[in-house]
Amino acid sequence: MIIYSVYIINKAGGVIYHQKGEKSGKSNDYLRYGSIFHGLYTISSQLSPVPSPSGGNSSGIQLLQTDTFRLFAYQIPTGVKIYAITEPTANGIDAILKQVYVLYTDFVLKNPFYIIEQPIRCEQFDIALEKLINSTLSL
Amino acid sequence: MASKPNYARIGDQVFRDVEKINAELFTLTYGAIVAQLLKDFEDVEEVNNQLEKMGYNIGLRLIEEFLARSNVPRCSDFKDTAEVISKVGFKMFLGINATVTNWDPKKPEFSLVLEENPLIDFVEVPEQYQSLVYSNILCGVIRGALEMVQMSVECRFVRDVLKGDDASELKVTLKAMLEEEVPVGED
Repeated sequence: MIIYSVYIINKAGGVIYHQKGEKSGKSNDYLRYGSIFHGLYTISSQLSPVPSPSGGNSSGIQLLQTDTFRLFAYQIPTGVKIYAITEPTANGIDAILKQVYVLYTDFVLKNPFYIIEQPIRCEQFDIALEKLINSTLSL
Repeated sequence: MASKPNYARIGDQVFRDVEKINAELFTLTYGAIVAQLLKDFEDVEEVNNQLEKMGYNIGLRLIEEFLARSNVPRCSDFKDTAEVISKVGFKMFLGINATVTNWDPKKPEFSLVLEENPLIDFVEVPEQYQSLVYSNILCGVIRGALEMVQMSVECRFVRDVLKGDDASELKVTLKAMLEEEVPVGED
């Protein structure tokens, strides 16, 4: 299973992390993709004609499928979103996104010099995430 | 409606799984911080404020650690939140149980009673620091953590073992739900 790239966006829709993958683009492009996704997520949560069992709106996009890739998204109650772009046959990415979240709490938030909501520049996080993604190659 | 999750069990489970440190190191570290703050600021009220602020900044981060590891489902109301804080939160990070009491019938306000508090082991507050709220950092942690899940609360100590009370009691008052900040798909 191949994970092409992983993104983390803060609750305001700003990309605070992206793991370089697929096509190379300018970093501004990534920021734009992130905020567009944030908007799509918001719209998708309001499209459902039936309310969710708890009475509120629907959740947003969890899975987006195309013929060349899949996008899996995971939102945390604090509003942080993590999403991964994978090959079209990938499955069970939810568990991996949760592990990415654990890495984020460990290597990013526990770094006292990281400022919340700001872009993530933590080498240990890069290394741990790469290890996690490589470990999924054989799945 | 689905039955409520057994928070006490979740708390025990996550406490078993998290990494632990030496209790003395923890207590001494916190003691050193408080003592140093008292030296630097020379004003007890200011130290209380600083402790609360430090706690707040910890809470902003700690909530993510909590959500990532505890797998607690989203709380349905403020009562649920109180249960989760007392049975899962305190257990996970301090290894203690807190009891929720004194629900105010008129407003969303409850008390957390701490039978034990690892921060205050070995602590005796000298006469000149009587107004020091030694464990005020806990109030900050609760305020910071709840703010990240869109609840603006006020938290303060109303009873303190260090001041001669038989237990420590934290009062938590919900001031507002930060509705406009609730992320879509989470309401």
